[in-house]
Amino acid sequence: MPSSSANGKARLVTVGAIATVPPDRPSGSRRARRPSTALVSRAHRRALVSFCVVLVVWQLGASRATWLGHPLPWIGHLPAPSAVWIAWGRLIGDRGYWQSWVLSGGRVLIGFTAAVGVGVPFALLMATLPVFRGIAFPVFELLRPIPPLAWVPASIIFWPTQELSIDFVIFLGAFYTIVINVLGGASAIDVRFLQAARSMGASRWNVFRRLILPGVLPSLAVGMEVGIGITWEVVVAAEMISGGGGGSSAASGGGLGFFIWSSYVGGSYPQIVVGMLSIGIAGTLSSAVVRRLASSLTPWLAVR
Amino acid sequence: MNEERGRDARMTHLGRIHFRVAEWFRHPHLYGMLVGYALLLGGWYLAVEVLRLPRFREMPGLTQVVHEWLSRDPTFGLSIHTPIYYSHIAASLRRIGIAFFLATAVGVPVGLLMGGSTTFREYVFPVFEVLRPIPILAWVPLAIILFPGSETPVVFLTFLASFFATALNTVLGVRSIDETLVLAARCLGASRWQVFRHVIVPGALPFIFTGLQISIGVAWFSLVAAEMVSGQFGLGYVINTSYTMVQYPTIVIGMITLGVVGTATSAAVRLVGHRWMAWRAKELAMEGR
Amino acid sequence: MIAPAISSARRGAIRIDDVVKVYDPDGARVLVVDHCSLDIAAGEICIVVGPSGCGKTTLLKSIAGFHSVTAGAITLDGRVLCGPGQSQADVGPDRVVVFQNGALFPWKTNLENVAFGPMVQKTMTRAEAYDKARQRMADAGLTGYEHAYPGQTSSGVKRRIEIVRALMNDPTVLLLDEPYRALDSLTKSVMHDALLQMYARNQVTMFFITHDLEEAILLGHKVVVMTSRPCRPKKILEVDIPHPRDPGVLGTRRYRELVRETAETVQQEARRAFELGEREG
Repeated sequence: MPSSSANGKARLVTVGAIATVPPDRPSGSRRARRPSTALVSRAHRRALVSFCVVLVVWQLGASRATWLGHPLPWIGHLPAPSAVWIAWGRLIGDRGYWQSWVLSGGRVLIGFTAAVGVGVPFALLMATLPVFRGIAFPVFELLRPIPPLAWVPASIIFWPTQELSIDFVIFLGAFYTIVINVLGGASAIDVRFLQAARSMGASRWNVFRRLILPGVLPSLAVGMEVGIGITWEVVVAAEMISGGGGGSSAASGGGLGFFIWSSYVGGSYPQIVVGMLSIGIAGTLSSAVVRRLASSLTPWLAVR
Repeated sequence: MNEERGRDARMTHLGRIHFRVAEWFRHPHLYGMLVGYALLLGGWYLAVEVLRLPRFREMPGLTQVVHEWLSRDPTFGLSIHTPIYYSHIAASLRRIGIAFFLATAVGVPVGLLMGGSTTFREYVFPVFEVLRPIPILAWVPLAIILFPGSETPVVFLTFLASFFATALNTVLGVRSIDETLVLAARCLGASRWQVFRHVIVPGALPFIFTGLQISIGVAWFSLVAAEMVSGQFGLGYVINTSYTMVQYPTIVIGMITLGVVGTATSAAVRLVGHRWMAWRAKELAMEGR
Repeated sequence: MIAPAISSARRGAIRIDDVVKVYDPDGARVLVVDHCSLDIAAGEICIVVGPSGCGKTTLLKSIAGFHSVTAGAITLDGRVLCGPGQSQADVGPDRVVVFQNGALFPWKTNLENVAFGPMVQKTMTRAEAYDKARQRMADAGLTGYEHAYPGQTSSGVKRRIEIVRALMNDPTVLLLDEPYRALDSLTKSVMHDALLQMYARNQVTMFFITHDLEEAILLGHKVVVMTSRPCRPKKILEVDIPHPRDPGVLGTRRYRELVRETAETVQQEARRAFELGEREG
């Protein structure tokens, strides 16, 4: 169902703007049109403008209850950016806040690593053994549409500890994506490579080790990038559900998702926004790490 | 002359279906599938009801679930014969429908603009990319604060997830259009708007539809999560309350129903996509796929 | 310079005047065209050959208006197309490009593709544009392909359709960037026939890039051999075989002489480029 890889053509198409190189003027007048020489590029300037506009509108909307006599429908209820900033300043010194980071991060790490560790061999087995694929793939496709979160209650019943049940659900989230991507990558390997290898006398094992394994690495990279995003989604959801929303005990909990939920329940609204932005940052950081890891697996793709 | 030849070679619609079904029976795929399902269901049955393995003792068994699902007077009040089952399905479907429709109506234009106009992209994309990594469930408390009632937050969350997926894939679609097509259109005298209408939009359509398939999946994911946390009615709500009220077989019924309904909606989106893009289907057919 | 054998005074005279083009991707200033001057008469078929990556396509794109030049000027019938002082390039329906890998819109039928130019310029109504498109396709022997999609059409036919589409706007100049490169030699000979017949009907100026020397001599009024990057004309060969031509030309002695002469020049330049370590473009 999800597309496994992005199209290689990354050339940006801009309607109407044709690539022009400004003619060199022999004397003086230099308009700084080359982005590399401008101090702040136009793109960065515009981004800055956007953020400022958003912040200003947000601040104004949140600090007044009405605007020209009309009650503001949505923005009026938001906690103001100034309050968020203050709350965040306070939290940076709070040990519990950073513990939440570690807890969530740990769950992401365990679940994601398990998903890769189980998913890749599983997918490769399906790719290389048609019998296994015929049996396993339909079952896989049958279970895939069930959202990972729907497994939470079943997982809690099954696993002995709450922590394991959360990890299992997290594992599921990334597992499907990685398997689909690796499978797609394996089937996309140009059959001529395999034919060439066989004609050169390679054994089945060598074909696997030297052709198929490296051949699926790009798709695995894409799968991992998408998978880490899903993992964060599931972590937060699982933390909120098992620690807050559901009826289970408050024994396990912690983590940034739980932090958001308890801030809400406790009425400290600016902390909610702090939590949201924290998770956003954590997610972006982990995506960047995964992307770095992925490109180290596929050095040949980094050719200029 | 070409048309005559074509008509003879074209199969009737019914003939095509018959051919495909016959092919399916001939292939070993069918038997592998049966073996797989048998292993899954058989394993479940054995582990829970026959062998009573330690971890599995608490879980609802296969026969228990099937019995409950099909009975006219279910112990826990939910089966295919109870109307409330269908109200839950309808509630979830309604929310998905609204959210998905809105997300497409907003996400596709935003994606097209972000992909096609440098100005728009440089202003909007940074904010978009800051908001996108925030997991959807993290928006739950904010959504509850912002929007009155219990329906709107759920729909909003689903909309948000769907919107990001659709917009991002649309941008990808625009960026993957071969630049020579744009140049060719300009050579032939097309204005900027005409290029957008005749080249960019049709060219991005395949990616948009892939994006829509991803988007519907993401929408279900978020809907279930949102329903589990806050909401009344809906399949996610069913699963959650069945758990808290210790009605375990109903959990499984909920899960299976989710799977079925989710697949149906994805298939619907895919079918619409194929219909709209006849040219692509024909092109793929020429390549032998 | 031999004037082509046509009677009416036509528009379409291109003058490339001491053009210099520097590409500046990421600050690496690459000199692609170096003081190149070339005159193309109205209605003339000018074939450009040269080592890969030497800058022929850049020159073509400059004439087309896809980008401006760093120095020098390109004029069409006296009108300056691009020169210093013009930051925004000028793409127009009077100069149409036929691309190497084909640029028919896959989501439109062949007929819709051909009718695209007039419809988009609003010079005709939809019905009129379709009629003219059908007519032009029939003239080119392409009846029956109107309602197929490019994805269902073979590459040779697609290429012919593209040229018909390009000519729908009655352009002054046709710019072809190795249009027949991806075709097998049998299809290519059909293409050459079609092009020669089309030229016999309306003598549009052509700037035609190719690597196929036999094609070059068969089609062109003159063949310009470019140096390797940065490019400028190394040698210009006048093809004194009169138009209209037919495939019978291929057997004549004059034709084979011209091919050999061109081949020698190109080989010289290719060897020089190879020794200089030019990477394939």
